[in-house]
Amino acid sequence: MSVAYAEVPLWAAILSAAFILLGATLALIGAFGLARLGSFYDRIHAPTLATSWGAGGMVMGSMIFFTAAAARPVIHEILIGVFVTVTTPVTLMMLGRAAIYRDRSDNNPGIPPIVKSDRPSETDENRADA
Amino acid sequence: MNVLIMQVALFVAQSFLAIAMLFCTYRMAVGPRAQDRVLALDGLYVCAMLQLLAFGVRTGNTLYFEAALIIGMLGFVATVALAKFLMRGEVIE
Repeated sequence: MSVAYAEVPLWAAILSAAFILLGATLALIGAFGLARLGSFYDRIHAPTLATSWGAGGMVMGSMIFFTAAAARPVIHEILIGVFVTVTTPVTLMMLGRAAIYRDRSDNNPGIPPIVKSDRPSETDENRADA
Repeated sequence: MNVLIMQVALFVAQSFLAIAMLFCTYRMAVGPRAQDRVLALDGLYVCAMLQLLAFGVRTGNTLYFEAALIIGMLGFVATVALAKFLMRGEVIE
């Protein structure tokens, strides 16, 4: 099990360990914020720590480790980093819109009112592509 | 020396990720509303994915990378479907 550890040089082990620790620490801080922050709109910011540099650090550490262990470039882990970076804003935007829609329909206080902007919203009656 | 560094770093990283998963589980159990639970489930998916990446480095096996990729994809689809359900009351319109 520890055979692969002995094959990597010392600089790669230190670099990989530093990136892995950075990623895990940021994921922990993000989850702590998710558990501790007060309102949903505060909490929705916290897990982005885990999905940006948390995942980035773990992926970097894994890439460095496997590249040094296999003595050839191993970069397929970057798929995870790219995928997480692309999908997180989409999911959190949809979740935030769902939350604000639910809060508005419940008439909860502290929700900003609907502003008639130049962008046609889905509730407009003269929606063109209806 | 490098064996010790990697073992200590991986142990600490996996412990941190386990504590992070516990925090997400707490938020998912407490709520208070449905969107908080969905957000906590999303965070739990991400933490499980990172846990699998750390486990792949620990065992030196690239098989766990594919499992982590699948968890990431399923987590994205699940969160989008749940957010859609919270907004509309149905998933496919």
